Amino acid sequence: MAIIDRNMTPPRPDSSPAHGEVAPTSAASVNTSRFRRIMSQIPGPLIGLIVIFVALSFLSPYFLTPRNLLNILSQVSAVGVMSVGALLIILLGGIDLSVGSVLALSSMSMAAMYKMAGWPFEVALLAGLIVGALVGLINGILTAYGKLQPFIATLATMSAAAGLALFITNGNPITGFPDWFIAITATSILGIPIEGVILVAIFAIAAFWLKFRPSGRALYAIGGNEEVARLSGLPVRRAKILVYTIAGLLAAVAGLLVTSRLDSAQPTAGAADLLNVIAVVVIGGASLSGGSGSLLGTFVGLLIIGVLNNGMSLLNVSANLQPVVIGAVIAAAVLTDRKSSRRHT
Amino acid sequence: MVQTLAHTTHDGQADGDSAGLICTGLSKSYWGVPVLKDVDITLRPGNVIGLIGENGAGKSTTSSIIAGIVEANGGSMTIDGIPYEPARPSDALKNGVALIHQEIRMVPELSVAENIFIGRLPRRRGVIDRNRINDEAREYLELVGSQTDPRRPVAGLSIAAQQEIEIARALSREPKYIIFDEPSASLGQAETQHVFAQIAALRQRGVGIVYISHRLEEIKEVADTIVCLRDGALVGNWPASEITKDEMVKAMVGRDFVFSHRAPKPATSEVALSVTGLSKAGVFAGIDFDVHRGEIFGFAGLVGAGRTEVVRTIAGADQADAGEIKVHGEVVQIRNPRSGIDAGIAMVPEDRKGQGLNLDRTGAENITLPWEKELSSAGIITKKKVTSTANKLRDFLDIRGRLDIPVGSLSGGNQQKVLLAKWLVNEPKILILDEPTRGVDVGAKMTIYETIRALAETGVGVIVVSSELEEVLGLSHRVLVMSGGLQRAILDRADATPEAVMALALSNVPKESPLESPIDGEAEYQTTIRTQEN
Ligand SMILES: Nc1ncnc2c1ncn2[C@@H]1O[C@H](COP(=O)(O)OP(=O)(O)OP(=O)(O)O)[C@@H](O)[C@H]1O
Ligand SMILES: [Mg+2]
Repeated sequence: MAIIDRNMTPPRPDSSPAHGEVAPTSAASVNTSRFRRIMSQIPGPLIGLIVIFVALSFLSPYFLTPRNLLNILSQVSAVGVMSVGALLIILLGGIDLSVGSVLALSSMSMAAMYKMAGWPFEVALLAGLIVGALVGLINGILTAYGKLQPFIATLATMSAAAGLALFITNGNPITGFPDWFIAITATSILGIPIEGVILVAIFAIAAFWLKFRPSGRALYAIGGNEEVARLSGLPVRRAKILVYTIAGLLAAVAGLLVTSRLDSAQPTAGAADLLNVIAVVVIGGASLSGGSGSLLGTFVGLLIIGVLNNGMSLLNVSANLQPVVIGAVIAAAVLTDRKSSRRHT
Repeated sequence: MVQTLAHTTHDGQADGDSAGLICTGLSKSYWGVPVLKDVDITLRPGNVIGLIGENGAGKSTTSSIIAGIVEANGGSMTIDGIPYEPARPSDALKNGVALIHQEIRMVPELSVAENIFIGRLPRRRGVIDRNRINDEAREYLELVGSQTDPRRPVAGLSIAAQQEIEIARALSREPKYIIFDEPSASLGQAETQHVFAQIAALRQRGVGIVYISHRLEEIKEVADTIVCLRDGALVGNWPASEITKDEMVKAMVGRDFVFSHRAPKPATSEVALSVTGLSKAGVFAGIDFDVHRGEIFGFAGLVGAGRTEVVRTIAGADQADAGEIKVHGEVVQIRNPRSGIDAGIAMVPEDRKGQGLNLDRTGAENITLPWEKELSSAGIITKKKVTSTANKLRDFLDIRGRLDIPVGSLSGGNQQKVLLAKWLVNEPKILILDEPTRGVDVGAKMTIYETIRALAETGVGVIVVSSELEEVLGLSHRVLVMSGGLQRAILDRADATPEAVMALALSNVPKESPLESPIDGEAEYQTTIRTQEN
């Protein structure tokens, strides 16, 4: 802070008012530009969500009941938890293909340690989380130090983790968990299912980190231009390793939620989640080239996917057609987003 | 006086002559703010217009409109009397209008030749005809005096080399009108002379040229007519031979203005930075020098002599193979930029876009980026803190433009000030400036020079690398001259004449370097330096 606080002012060639740069002139132009700025603050995906929401309330009488809405929250919790990790990685300009396999592997590891190795359940649970974080750590090390492209590094771990999950029980599910663990996905606090609370809490903590903590804000800088970030003294490699590890840990948390809900650890759980997770982040307005995106947007993206899937089931849309709709939504979201980001070029 | 001159040459429309590229009443607003107001420019075939104006005056906006990159909100253009309304850059190229951007845009993975012919790669039996593009690319590169191999990828080339490619690309379109937006900002003396020779040749062939630069002597040398913009409006135009440098400055800033280099105050005897035996295989070797507290230490040499590489290594951006660095007497291990910053070494890199600024983030965010830990309380950094820190520096450096919009939409010179601001948030022990005034107008240059001197006077050791000889010699207490990756000499201010420095800079240069032209530049240096020291 030294320089500017010391009140050291370099002698200026002149002291006349600055004129090289144009200042807003009339009150009208200030107003229109402020209005435009406020409009541009409203995330595009939110408008989409509201439209879908209103449409579905008309189409299905059951849609707008509290019970159904809370149900949506439960349905999206696992994908939602993983999409937090995915957003962090995508902000860095990376990608994580391994989330679904990590979900399965950590769930199976926990179950195997509890049921097959006979460990106390709490220890097994912790071990399951650690397995997820470890795979994430490997992703991080491969990309940060091995200089592998994230797509390739996580393709490798995706394959390996999926194989390991199957290997543990030769492809068989494991069932029978303590009651309190099952209760996580069957209880509500103040009417809100616990998994929904966990989901929102994770979003909130991560959003706080991204907005207010230097290490969180650094992700935007690194994703925006890695060399600028490095020369600014940001620990680029450490940030990558940290974020991939967090993403692995969150995939493991999602694994626990799924296991609890099904009362069963399944080696193929999560296989379909990868595309949903990426869809959520992309619909939420993040750019796959890194440096831009927000958790608020991601949350809205999550709700869009959740509400759409729920609504289509309520309306008896064929399960085979649902992915077609999701695909169209992804394309629409990205198309409208590109228009808005072209503003200042 | 400015006004009377303006009348003498404003003849274009009066004759009713429609030959050439004629812009009438060009206007443009961003975010509801006008940045270009009713600008008329008449570019005749075979005429060179020197376009001048302060940072943010609207020069690049004007050229972008002419080249179809941005759309004007008002006004019209004609070419030889036919309406010209480019909706996109390709329309401009079809009409024979080419722009050499202020910010270079290349595809790093593609070869030099591919970059030159991108978008119109010739094919033979369905595949790119590489031999042909390589041969043609080589011809155009030679026109600008570039020895770059057209087959190599652009990645890893210096900015100067890329600038030459950018010019070769424009020439390869065989345009009838060319706009050069501050090409010399990224070129050394020798390269600039090649570009001038090329401009002279183009002019002979009847090409109409707009040349934008903040180096006013250069503008006078190359232009027939000088056109000045201020705050987005046309101030006037003059025959280049009839206007002096002082009058040009006056037209730009709107008042009398004296440009001078005052001698720096003596440095202290305390050593701030001491470098011994610094080497990096194949890049530079045997670099030894001390910078005292309060000293401004210059690095001179031709583009490619290794100056940037040496200072990057000192700041931790690259790794040395051998050597020792001491800061305030203590040996420091600098393994990466962070450890450099922690040791008190700040570096303003030469490549603003690639290494200095994140153009999509706001100015304020860019300024505080390295200091977020220091600026946070209880681990939390607020937008308010970021904004207030940035605003203090805005005032300190006289940055003109908003800091809450993407920094990429500021004018080039103001981006440079934002970059400087970023490294002044925390006072460094050693401040390294690589091309600190690239693309900066005269007024801003003065501000930056005064800032550098003022920083030195508070005890900072400052290193200045610059391809503008006048700048290094005018600022520095001592100058280290490099050529071919080796340190040739360290000259005291009194001995550091342009001749002495150029002789050292040219010593032992590998054969392929263009040697002839900088000598032409020398006489000129001498006079400019003289005038500035008194
Ligand atoms: N995309 C944009 N969005 C908002 N403002 C812009 C944009 N592009 C330019 N401006 C503004 O327009 C004004 C003119 O900018 P321009 O780049 O034309 O200046 P210039 O004369 O080329 O300056 P310099 O010498 O620094 O390159 C500046 O105030 C700049 O901030
Ligand atoms: Mg410009």
